[in-house]
Amino acid sequence: MLEMVGITKRFPGVIANEDVDLTVLPGQVHTLLGENGAGKSTLVKILYGLYRQDEGEVKINGEPVEIASPAAAITHGIGMIHQHFMLVPTLTVAENVALGLHSRRGLADMGPVRKRLMEVSDRHGLAIDPDAYIWQLAVGERQRAEILKALYREAQLLVLDEPTAVLTPPEVEDLFATLRSLTNEGRGLIFISHKLTEVMDISDQITVLRDGRVVGRTTPSETSREGLASMMVGREVRLGRDVPDQDTGDDRLAVDALRVRGDRGNLALEDFSVQVAAGEIVGIAGVSGNGQRELAEAIFGLRPIEGGRVEVAGRPIATPTPKSVRRRGVAFVPEERMRHGAVGELNVSENLMLVEYEHRPYVRAGLLQFGAIAERCKDLVRRFTVKTPSITTQTSHLSGGNIQKVVIAREFSSDAEVLIVAQPTRGIDIGAAEYVHERLLSKRAAGAAILLITEDLDEALQLSDRVVVLYEGRAMCDLPRAEATTDRVGLLMTGVSEDATASA
Amino acid sequence: MSDFFTVSVLVATLASGIRLATPFLLSALGETIGQRAGVLNLGVEGVMLIGAYAAYITALRTGSVVAGVLAAMGAGALMGIVYAFITVVMHATQGISGIGIFLFGLGFTDLLFRHQVGTPVPIDGLRGLDMGGLSDLPVVGELFFQHSVLTYVAFALVPVVWFAMNRTTFGLNVRAVGETPEAADTLGVRVNVVRTQAIIIGNVMAGLAGGTLALDVGIFQQNLTSGQGFIAVALVYFGAWRSSGVMAGALLFGVVSSTVLQLKTLGIIVGANSTIAAMAPAILTIVVLVLVSRRIGAPSALTVPFERDN
Ligand SMILES: Nc1ncnc2c1ncn2[C@@H]1O[C@H](COP(=O)(O)OP(=O)(O)OP(=O)(O)O)[C@@H](O)[C@H]1O
Ligand SMILES: [Mg+2]
Repeated sequence: MLEMVGITKRFPGVIANEDVDLTVLPGQVHTLLGENGAGKSTLVKILYGLYRQDEGEVKINGEPVEIASPAAAITHGIGMIHQHFMLVPTLTVAENVALGLHSRRGLADMGPVRKRLMEVSDRHGLAIDPDAYIWQLAVGERQRAEILKALYREAQLLVLDEPTAVLTPPEVEDLFATLRSLTNEGRGLIFISHKLTEVMDISDQITVLRDGRVVGRTTPSETSREGLASMMVGREVRLGRDVPDQDTGDDRLAVDALRVRGDRGNLALEDFSVQVAAGEIVGIAGVSGNGQRELAEAIFGLRPIEGGRVEVAGRPIATPTPKSVRRRGVAFVPEERMRHGAVGELNVSENLMLVEYEHRPYVRAGLLQFGAIAERCKDLVRRFTVKTPSITTQTSHLSGGNIQKVVIAREFSSDAEVLIVAQPTRGIDIGAAEYVHERLLSKRAAGAAILLITEDLDEALQLSDRVVVLYEGRAMCDLPRAEATTDRVGLLMTGVSEDATASA
Repeated sequence: MSDFFTVSVLVATLASGIRLATPFLLSALGETIGQRAGVLNLGVEGVMLIGAYAAYITALRTGSVVAGVLAAMGAGALMGIVYAFITVVMHATQGISGIGIFLFGLGFTDLLFRHQVGTPVPIDGLRGLDMGGLSDLPVVGELFFQHSVLTYVAFALVPVVWFAMNRTTFGLNVRAVGETPEAADTLGVRVNVVRTQAIIIGNVMAGLAGGTLALDVGIFQQNLTSGQGFIAVALVYFGAWRSSGVMAGALLFGVVSSTVLQLKTLGIIVGANSTIAAMAPAILTIVVLVLVSRRIGAPSALTVPFERDN
């Protein structure tokens, strides 16, 4: 149904796509795989009319087509779920869906839109409140709103740019059920993900990109996760890791009976306590929207605390503000990097220096020391393998995963003793994810207290010394590593408490 | 001072406050639409002057108030096209471009006036409607039922603008492109077309506001608007980008202006004091802007040009 032939796309300083061919058949899932910056998003943005290819041709059902704008893509039956959400936060879900639709007499009558939206959402198992404002929704729910937008428009070819990066295992299963029902209806899908297990599970065809070029085509039956990883990176990759046992020190971060409200005024966290000792990683597992975001924001002073308190190194923080919390030696990798973590308009080195630019040796007598700054930035870019043409490139021009690496590089390189890390490997490629895990463990070895908020269950179980499951704002359990099994934690994440299981 | 607090004077002051609120309301509502779409136009004052002159000269030549009103709106539309070209197509910085529009309007209308008219000739301007029994009602009649038709149009536009913003696809598009143009773009909304439309509508209303002013006083002179267009921009912030809030602000400024006029007429404030009193609207603007400086509800993409970077 879709053929892309000889696509080449250049940006200043990079060739994002070079002579790429891609064919998608109806009823099939075609996966694009590749490291951060390999050119996956660029390729699908060309297809959706957001970028213009320099060379090459797009054919739909055998006919060459010019896709000059998203509107043209939509008329050709192409729908896209973007890596960075394309939703208007101040509008409701239904209004976002209705946006750009033609309507009779120009009236935005939400009645019929809501009705059809509910039909579509029922048919594909994508539950949503059509009247909620986007800004009130958790990431997972926003994702569903994005998918619904495309399905509402009867997209025949659906592009999903890292849709699972923000989902939990049960949500991924639901999504895959939705995707399978879509392929059964004869729609074609382009799927992008860094999670190899998922790729092996859902794909019919796999195309691997590296540095903008196609370096391999395969199917799940012909390869393995290790095989895919090696193809992506271009060298042997070992997956999985052992975490050495280690003694812990005093409590560095203590959250005591925290009560915090969400954006909708609901109680997002209630009577939530957790302690993290030096040299310890405590994982907060849970389905998105159960208070994770509010927890991180409350500790970091981005959200008012209604009850309870936060202590760092045994001393309470009266009214946390990002600056006062940072001064106490807390670093923060936020969940939404584009909103809280990085400033898209600033260049890479400016973003890398956002926290430390006020300190020596980067500033002397009020003047920025560009030599020292450049040196440090180049070092960070190399160590964290940030793929960027230069350290003065505008950050919003980097690929999604590389923007995350910039934030992680900045926060991990400070000598903070407490690290609050939300979804650190969401959307970053396997090689870089391994590197982030390595860094987390070496921070742990160096005695940092790490609060790891993650929806990736494997990540939580692999790295955490203790696992706390968050469900509807309350802690369901606090399990030491040995007792935190996938089944047990997975069940707790759905809100089934231990007592209930015991008595059943 | 006691002269002021008599029923007849108070009623007259409030009634003329409502009348004076009309140009504020029209231009600020128009500016609201533009800003909701993400475009700031500081040139409202200039557009009002051009609208005022167009209305004046047309009414003078044709003797028709209706033709004057249409000319004011037409002039506003032209200015809208110009401003859209400058900001939406050429991506010029909106703040400075608006000041340019203001200076152009100020100079150009003055030039035309000297050339085409020279010494001010009064025209037959707007008249209050006579609604029979309603207009004759004591107090209420003078307050609400003796205004010119444009005053009723302006206040009727308040719910109309609300409806257009919140209940039509156009309004949905406007809110989306003012907030997250990239997202609107991916759904096939033509961001720059929507912005252009919003700018033109806003400028038509600014032109009409100027026309109202000229037809109301029945004369044109240099800098006739004397800052009302700038106050209109401030009113958008005051009203937090909502038509009802903008109306409240327009009424406030209308009543303050009429009070100052009334106090002068009654001789309660004289001489140097009256110059100071004449500054009341300007001072009030500053106070109001400081008070509402939180900018809650400001469209996120206000003043940010949109272009798909390919
Ligand atoms: N608008 C742009 N301007 C300049 N360079 C760009 C732009 N968009 C992408 N690039 C560059 O093109 C390359 C490919 O980026 P792309 O976003 O396609 O990567 P990706 O494979 O989607 O990576 P990720 O997994 O991190 O999302 C990167 O080097 C990126 O920096
Ligand atoms: Mg990408």
